[in-house]
Amino acid sequence: FFQYCLSGHPTLPCNVLKFKSTTIMLDCGLDMTSTLNFLPLPLVQSPRLSKLPGWVLKDGSTFLDKELKECSGHVFVDSVPEFCLPETELLDLSTVDVILISNYHCMMALPYITEYTGFTGTVYATEPTVQIGRLLMEELVNSIERVPKAQSASMWKNKEVQRLLPAPLKDAVEVSMWRKCYTMPEVNAALSKIQLVGYSQKIELFGAVQVTPLSSGYALGSSNWIIQSHYEKVSYVSGSSLLTTHPQPMDQASLKNSDVLILTGLTQIPTANPDGMVGEFCSNLAMTVRNGGNVLVPCYPSGVIYDLLECLYQYIDSAGLSNVPFYFISPVANSSLEFSQIFAEWLCHNKQTKVYLPEPPFPHAELIQTNKLKHYPSIHGEFSNDFKQPCVVFTGHPSLRFGDVVHFMELWGKSSLNTVIFTEPDFSYLDALAPYQPLAMKCVYCPIDTRLNFIQVSKLLKEVQPLHVVCPEQYTQPPPTQSHRTDLMIDCQPPPMSYRRAEVLTLPYKRRYEKIEIMPELADSLVPLEIKPGISLATVSAVLHTKDNKHVLQLPPKPPQPTAGKKRKRVSDEVPECKPLKTLLSGSIPVDQFVQTLEKHGFSDVKVEDTAKGHIVLLQEAETLIQIEEDSTHIICDNDEPLRVKLRDLVLKFLQKF
Amino acid sequence: TAAGAGQDVGRSCILVSIAGKNVMLDCGMHMGYNDDRRFPDFSYITQNGRLTDFLDCVIISHFHLDHCGALPYFSEMVGYDGPIYMTHPTKAICPILLEDYRKITVDKKGEINFFTSQMIKDCMKKVVAVHLHQTVQVDEELEIKAYYAGHVLGAAMFQIKVGCESVVYTGDYNMTPDRHLGAAWIDKCRPDLLITESTYATTIRDSKRCRERDFLKKVHETVERGGKVLIPVFALGRAQELCILLETFWERMNLKAPIYFSTGLTEKANHYYKLFITWTNQKIRKTFVQRNMFEFKHIKAFDRAFADNPGPMVVFATPGMLHAGQSLQIFKKWAGNEKNMVIMPGYCVQGTVGHKILSGQRKLEMEGRQILEVKMQVEYMSFSAHADAKGIMQLIRQAEPRNVLLVHGEAKKMEFLKQKIEQEFHVSCYMPANGETTTIFTNPSIPVDISLGLLKRETALGLLPDVKKPQLMHGTLMMKDNSFRLVSPEQALKELGLAEHQLRFTCRVHIQDPRKEHETVLRVYNHLKGQDYSVQHLPDGSIMVESILIQATAHSEDQGTKVLLVSWTYQDEELGSYLTSLLKKGLPPSTS
Repeated sequence: FFQYCLSGHPTLPCNVLKFKSTTIMLDCGLDMTSTLNFLPLPLVQSPRLSKLPGWVLKDGSTFLDKELKECSGHVFVDSVPEFCLPETELLDLSTVDVILISNYHCMMALPYITEYTGFTGTVYATEPTVQIGRLLMEELVNSIERVPKAQSASMWKNKEVQRLLPAPLKDAVEVSMWRKCYTMPEVNAALSKIQLVGYSQKIELFGAVQVTPLSSGYALGSSNWIIQSHYEKVSYVSGSSLLTTHPQPMDQASLKNSDVLILTGLTQIPTANPDGMVGEFCSNLAMTVRNGGNVLVPCYPSGVIYDLLECLYQYIDSAGLSNVPFYFISPVANSSLEFSQIFAEWLCHNKQTKVYLPEPPFPHAELIQTNKLKHYPSIHGEFSNDFKQPCVVFTGHPSLRFGDVVHFMELWGKSSLNTVIFTEPDFSYLDALAPYQPLAMKCVYCPIDTRLNFIQVSKLLKEVQPLHVVCPEQYTQPPPTQSHRTDLMIDCQPPPMSYRRAEVLTLPYKRRYEKIEIMPELADSLVPLEIKPGISLATVSAVLHTKDNKHVLQLPPKPPQPTAGKKRKRVSDEVPECKPLKTLLSGSIPVDQFVQTLEKHGFSDVKVEDTAKGHIVLLQEAETLIQIEEDSTHIICDNDEPLRVKLRDLVLKFLQKF
Repeated sequence: TAAGAGQDVGRSCILVSIAGKNVMLDCGMHMGYNDDRRFPDFSYITQNGRLTDFLDCVIISHFHLDHCGALPYFSEMVGYDGPIYMTHPTKAICPILLEDYRKITVDKKGEINFFTSQMIKDCMKKVVAVHLHQTVQVDEELEIKAYYAGHVLGAAMFQIKVGCESVVYTGDYNMTPDRHLGAAWIDKCRPDLLITESTYATTIRDSKRCRERDFLKKVHETVERGGKVLIPVFALGRAQELCILLETFWERMNLKAPIYFSTGLTEKANHYYKLFITWTNQKIRKTFVQRNMFEFKHIKAFDRAFADNPGPMVVFATPGMLHAGQSLQIFKKWAGNEKNMVIMPGYCVQGTVGHKILSGQRKLEMEGRQILEVKMQVEYMSFSAHADAKGIMQLIRQAEPRNVLLVHGEAKKMEFLKQKIEQEFHVSCYMPANGETTTIFTNPSIPVDISLGLLKRETALGLLPDVKKPQLMHGTLMMKDNSFRLVSPEQALKELGLAEHQLRFTCRVHIQDPRKEHETVLRVYNHLKGQDYSVQHLPDGSIMVESILIQATAHSEDQGTKVLLVSWTYQDEELGSYLTSLLKKGLPPSTS
């Protein structure tokens, strides 16, 4: 039972579990914070970006000035953005049997795993996870491919060169492993390996292990996973939420009685209250628009945006914003809005009830119908005709390095009337803004992360009582910037086992039993004996069949009939290896009764001698001696085999066989 | 026990008792009756005592009234408070059809003592919605699981499992994907019993495409000659498939004749399809963002006044068996004109107007003794999405049941299918009548816990390269309360706190041999080795055969006689006894 930890990012996990005879990958998150080291990809030629000076080393050498550019004291790589993949060298990924996906944010590295490692297994995920995951990948590929970049910088990755660079480039890990974005054919190939599953569906893997997705309450179709055999249970909790937003609530009860609970994907902003953040988001948005400014909301095309639109739906009329246009710009905007309406079964109770009426579960349908919300695949085309200011724009990518958001940053950055509001918690907003500095536009940070916080975690752990907790090392100490906040870490007994990237953990549990089936014919032949009140025993002597990791006991075949003639016995596969039955004995022999029995059977010259530990029974005429002690009997009999057999059977009468 | 749908179509209701659990499958009404016979006879279930105490759960397979129409009567009037399971779409649509049915019965026909709107609402509160493939734990032992059935939106087959015994109930299903739904599917779950519908037990339907072409041709011809086409349908189900069919045909042929869909449920119905699009077929699901197949351009809402409009038109009207409501009203209006046509796209139960005209009757007695003469053309097209004989056989092949039970079909046809199933699959097949109970014996194997030590020991003993070869193993089964554990005899003794009793035998064998003791030992060793058992010559001068000890000493009085001491435990009794008798026969003459 091992866990290979392939990602160091606590909310974008990638672990491989060796459980019984199966190899199971839990999530394959893609760490995109690496893109923050790159210059943004502008949709339209940006004079500002193209005029940035090349970076010059302290000694004045300029050999990197084509690859690295400087902006307001920060150095950026001028190249196609690259991503930090999960560890691929720690174990042979072609041996992975299955991949379990917990939510659409945690599957972004899937094409790298399924298309480049010789993976031949199956991926399991829920339908909303796959559909929305596909949209996220499509948007990612689209926003990078649509801005072809001639240059692909690699010189700076040289270990000797990297050492000379300023932070954070100097400290970036495993830059040689960073990869460019995958392509749509690779995305399609990866997604075709997914098998759809429903919550609480029990999926058998090779007869040895059963995996079950459970609702995790964080996003549409998001799941935690139970990985269990008959005697061991591992719970994988990844990205869960106890807040009531749009998804089905988290299933906590099924996590009980776990031997090991792997805990990842907690909130990245433990100090912020999501409800308060939404309030702040609305008031900042309203204030900016009232003052004639525009609002930019960098976001993913699915997830929190549904909740934000729902809040705005309730808010805009009372805030007098009914005439302000809301734009949602993404190549997958339409699909995302449509898909959100058809997953009734994955929604919270309130939204389900609406579908039963039948009404669309999300009010953004009405916003679209009344023309308050408009969606476009990109800033080009139709949008440029409809575009009116002041307005509110939702668009990606939250890293501000690619996608339509880059255009709006360049367009609105110079005016202090405008505001950019950060709601996605995945990127540090200061780092995201760095290549746009100096900036006149207002920046508001309202990160909304509905995943579990540490108070909720400790409540959950008390509730479900796992024997052991395994988590990323970041959760076992306070955040580096708030080292006094000892409340911002996992506190449980026994203390959690922590892991970091590229580590292998041995999971602490011992198996003692296995399931076996006794066939009905064999069961009928058993003779149970009540040994102690309430406890019966039966000696089983049977043929063990093992197939697909399942064990079955059958009645042994009857001994083969002796065949006529001198034909050699053919060794048939059906005849099992036969070992003589080795029966254990238990009990003790009461000497007086034993002697009485001997006399009853015609022994007249029985003599009993006491010894230190027991007795010696002598049959004088037969020159035979029986030593009887508390838990042993020794029959010493020389030349009379029938006598020995007779004595043996008399002794056995006093003993129990096992 | 079949409380309904035994050798009949209508009022499906089956009681399954499995390993001490009682599950009611469907709770349907019969369209052909207007009296007590319309609902299943729940007294079959339990004569005394509350249904809630007797039943562990109720499962509804889909929203058709012959499967759920009696539900409010059952739960609110007879009285049942336990859980009722159905899929999400069924849960959404079922109350609407029930309300519709109630309105027709109570408001139009003025019946009293029928369930009320409030009862429908209260009944639906007892419903728990299930996902496809989700394993629902009803209680600690009873679990159920839904599979896609493809009959109507949200239709499901259910597996009911207690321990290692299981039953699969198909409800109504369809094994061929159509224009809006996918095909039924089940895994090789090997139930002890498969309860399958058998509506089309003897039919093998011709290809779908032919039937569709035929349908379009007939509609087209009638419209061309200025006739009106009435298609009685149920609001949800076939209606949507035929709408898609006509919509694309109208578009392609650029036809202008209006198509109407009777009001009320129409828009709502299509809306359900839009919101539950994940339950439709692959093609519709894939393209729904670009074009939602359930947004129709040519099909408009029907108004009662339109029926008298001159000129051709096509009207979809509810209900599907012409037994009440708008379809019957329009039928009465149009029946007298031979230019018109009525197309019955589904099955009609006995007693309905639909059934009468399909069986050739052309003079119908209506309410008030009026005689209605039917001059319009009557066509039957099997579009109803039931599995045909081929489909039923296919499902049996998929699930590999040990027994099959036929319901929801006509007795004669069932008999034919029963023979076919028994021939092809060699499983027992049953077809109970209403109120009849079928008992099926299962022979389950017993799961026990085996200690890993014992299992490992046994598999390690088989160090042969051929691991697939079966192994004989020995163990002790400990039964305590309800737990069964198979452990090694040693462990069983230890757990019971018992000590092992060693039983040992020692025999002295006298051998004439003047040589030294160690030479005698060597002779014995040479004599015994090379057999099936392992023989060791130990440094201390003794011999071990497996775990039997043999020592040689000189006789105290006669140096020419050596005494061999053979000592073994009870566990080696067979070998020990054999060796003693072998040695007693003496040693072969020494070759050295």
